Amino acid sequence: MAKDRMKITFKKLSELPEMVMSLKSMAANPTHSWRNLKPVIDYANCINCLICWKFCPDAAIDLEGEDKPVINLNFCKGCGICAEECPKKCIEMIKEGR
Amino acid sequence: MKKVIMGNHALSYGAMLARVQVISAYPITPQTQVVELLSEIVADKRLAAEFIKVESEHSAMAACIGAAASGARTFTATSSQGLALMHELLHWAAGARLPIVMADINRAMAPPWSIWTDQNDSLSQRDTGWMQYYCQSNQEVLDTLLQAYKVSEKVLLPAMIVLDAFSLSHTYENVDIPDIEQVDKYLPPFVYPYKLDPQQPHTFGGLTTPEWYMEFRYKIQAAMEQALPLVTQAGKEFGDQFGRHYDTVDPFMVDDAETVLVTSGTAASTARYTVEQLRRKGVKVGNLRIRLFRPFPFADVRRHLKKAKRVIVMDRNISFGHHGIFAQEVKSALYGHVDAPVFDYIVGLGGRDIFPATIENIIARSQKAKKPSQDMHWVEVKE
Repeated sequence: MAKDRMKITFKKLSELPEMVMSLKSMAANPTHSWRNLKPVIDYANCINCLICWKFCPDAAIDLEGEDKPVINLNFCKGCGICAEECPKKCIEMIKEGR
Repeated sequence: MKKVIMGNHALSYGAMLARVQVISAYPITPQTQVVELLSEIVADKRLAAEFIKVESEHSAMAACIGAAASGARTFTATSSQGLALMHELLHWAAGARLPIVMADINRAMAPPWSIWTDQNDSLSQRDTGWMQYYCQSNQEVLDTLLQAYKVSEKVLLPAMIVLDAFSLSHTYENVDIPDIEQVDKYLPPFVYPYKLDPQQPHTFGGLTTPEWYMEFRYKIQAAMEQALPLVTQAGKEFGDQFGRHYDTVDPFMVDDAETVLVTSGTAASTARYTVEQLRRKGVKVGNLRIRLFRPFPFADVRRHLKKAKRVIVMDRNISFGHHGIFAQEVKSALYGHVDAPVFDYIVGLGGRDIFPATIENIIARSQKAKKPSQDMHWVEVKE
């Protein structure tokens, strides 16, 4: 979650790598606050086809067991591609409360 | 082994000898044979490399960037509009400090459509952070490719090997192809310190605030400055091992020359023939060929031009609204150091031949003048 966020800080030039790179993976950089709309899966109609999981551009859909898609709300940016691609139209984009 | 090969194939053999691991390219005249032969070499298993077919030059460079970031030695080749299409990713390769080596076969930019040589394609990429070597012979093309990997992988900057369309790319010359065991001794395997590794995931090229962006730029410039003596060193080591020495510039009869003709690429061969002819008539003329364009060899250029009474730059390129690009660079190197006037001649655009008579004319015109009557002269332009 947000508390794990790691800000990249350097004190001097010699600490800087040649290549611009994070010190950790993007797992340390949650992007949930970018989201206006939140995908909500209606599991009663979900056929576990995993199309949403394949299409998510941020790999923000995890699998529970073999084939149950679960939105990782720490990283989902709310783009809505999963809802658009779902053949059963069982993913609804719901406005985030503030 | 000596072999009579075209300039394009000198690149293919060079890439094979460098044991490149990933090749990705899109065909464009006059570059096509470079990767055509390489694809055969990979298919024949003479080289253990991935050959990635792509749908554009932009993708070719993107594939090389991904491969280089995963620690592979990478190679591609292009020309003209293809190089222009890569432009965005050329910045990416340099900014990410990936030592990709690429060949650019100098071809004039369209429109009007042309397939023949001039330098505006590569010189348009001057400020992307790529090193640039301009070659004069097929042998130099092959040798430079090996030296380029050696230098680039030390300073982590990408490099462009530049050669003239047709007058080099399709011209057959005798080339000594070194034994791969010898090349292995010269060029060790590539080890990239910032490798993409799923075991240790990192985000590459992420957003960098004004607090640190400038430092990354500073480091690229520092690497360019560091590369300059390394090019000399790599050229010397190459000479010690293979008998052919190289440096940032290549002087020919400049020591006592009153007039020095500055050239690059294949125009230097014609310039040298002309210099020899004029020397027989007692004209004190010499030729300085600029081999390394980025980083620019300021000190070497000054050293060879400091005794000249006049400097003539032949530019097979034009910066519209300014002057010839090599002339700009030479002037900026001489300013405050060498007083000789610099005459700039625009010549041979779009593959128009540069004959010895063309060069004799240029020299004759400038011999009469104390300083140039214009900042730039167009040669043999129809009235």
